[in-house]
Amino acid sequence: MSFPIPPGTRDVLPDEMRELRAVLESLRESFEQAGYGEVRTPTVEYEDVLRRGDENAAGAGWRLFDDHGRLLVLRSDMTIPIARLVATRFTDHEGPLRLCYGGQAYRSVTRGSGQLTEFLQAGAELIGVPGVEGDAEIVALVLKALSAAGLRRHSVGVGDGALYRRLLGAFEVTGEQADDLVGCLMRRDMVGLEARVRSAGLPPALVEIPSLRGGPEVLDRAEEAMGEVGATAVLELRGLYEVLSRLRHAERVILDLGLVHELGYYTGAVFEVYDPAVGFALGGGGRYDQLIGRFGQPRPACGIALDVQRVHIAQAAEEKMA
Amino acid sequence: MSLVIAVPRGALMGEALDLLDALGIDTAEIRSNDRKLVFPDIGVITMRPSDVPSYVEHGAADVGITGRDVLAEQSDRDVYELLDLGFGGCRMMVAVHEDGDPLAESLRRLGRVRIATKYPRIAARHFAETGRQAEIVEVKGSVEIAPLTGLADGIVDLVATGRTLAENRLVERESIFESTARLIANPVAHRLKAREIDDLVTRIRGVRPRQTGDS
Repeated sequence: MSFPIPPGTRDVLPDEMRELRAVLESLRESFEQAGYGEVRTPTVEYEDVLRRGDENAAGAGWRLFDDHGRLLVLRSDMTIPIARLVATRFTDHEGPLRLCYGGQAYRSVTRGSGQLTEFLQAGAELIGVPGVEGDAEIVALVLKALSAAGLRRHSVGVGDGALYRRLLGAFEVTGEQADDLVGCLMRRDMVGLEARVRSAGLPPALVEIPSLRGGPEVLDRAEEAMGEVGATAVLELRGLYEVLSRLRHAERVILDLGLVHELGYYTGAVFEVYDPAVGFALGGGGRYDQLIGRFGQPRPACGIALDVQRVHIAQAAEEKMA
Repeated sequence: MSLVIAVPRGALMGEALDLLDALGIDTAEIRSNDRKLVFPDIGVITMRPSDVPSYVEHGAADVGITGRDVLAEQSDRDVYELLDLGFGGCRMMVAVHEDGDPLAESLRRLGRVRIATKYPRIAARHFAETGRQAEIVEVKGSVEIAPLTGLADGIVDLVATGRTLAENRLVERESIFESTARLIANPVAHRLKAREIDDLVTRIRGVRPRQTGDS
């Protein structure tokens, strides 16, 4: 006889639980030590409240009704709930606010893809510190937290979510055509991007620049290819890279001019976390300066979230290699 | 750090191996031994074309070669599509029995068409986009016999020469897209092995200058 559990969910038994708990605890400790206080929000939220933060409720996969017929969603990430929490519970709070969390989140995945619908997320949000100073703090925080958790080969991809649209704007590519090109980049369809750029007679730099990733040389290359426009477009990234170099994190930072994020609320820097032991990103995040304002309290903010199970896979791989 | 390449067996294999040869990778062992699937010395894994996106998405291979048809059917796979390799040209199309117009007839009288295919998602998308209700019947092989046996009004399939269609008295009615082989990459490898992957792309462009990027 078989008593199944929903696809994409899982049971955790003592051996794994002990290790998972240790990873989660290690991440939480690193965040707490850096001054990030842990918070918890409900697993379910009102759909219309999450929708204030992001039109499609951040891609929430699971919806249900409460006993009064109101539409609920299982949270698909922690950032919107925390934006709501900040705007409603910290109305009088002046100055920077540092929060962290660890909990389950839910997304819809394709059956048979080997990915989880219910997954354990841990992350940190920095509210009230604008620009590169805040971005650098979050990137440095996650790099240190992963080292403390036992990873040795991890790195963070850093991009600017607004960069490609800025480049397109410089060539007066707007509206549907711009959406189409950005869509190619989001689907990672470089063949489609190249074909469209070529057939529209647009400069090849619109294919080359979003393919650039690596050290600071990619910023120079963008400037070379696009002159003033390129220089302005990568100005913020250059600033962020300089701060991270000063913090001695340069060798773990991959500048990525093609990094775009599917979540609509990112306004500037975007991050993605990698480890060679795992074929998927360990996590990601970015700057969302408009999001808390949608809940009535405009404040600059940025944050990052990690998939704890993937961090655990990377950590286990390190142990095996040692 | 060198790359692990997923190479498709089947129709694309010959030209995929020719490409590796042109890049200076010795494929003699792969050609001589069709039971062996993994070739660690040259960083090659071989598999059926429709498995290539799975291996690449999960990072078991850094890059891979597969058809556009496979990528279109598995459109939710999170992989980079880096290059149109130009070879393996064929067409995704709708074919019906050569007598009459079975699709129109079925639509008019039964309100829907029934389509047999190995590509259920491509077929569903095509009929949805052209505003026709369709019942999709998924089969794993020899889809050409479906109209003849009454399983379906028509088929959605990939054709290269059209000979199999003719043998089964089928004619092509609608073209959905042209398919060629593509180079795909794992998103994490695309960052962590950026130099190796860029180098591979440049070298492929070097040996296949005209075929790339024309889709």
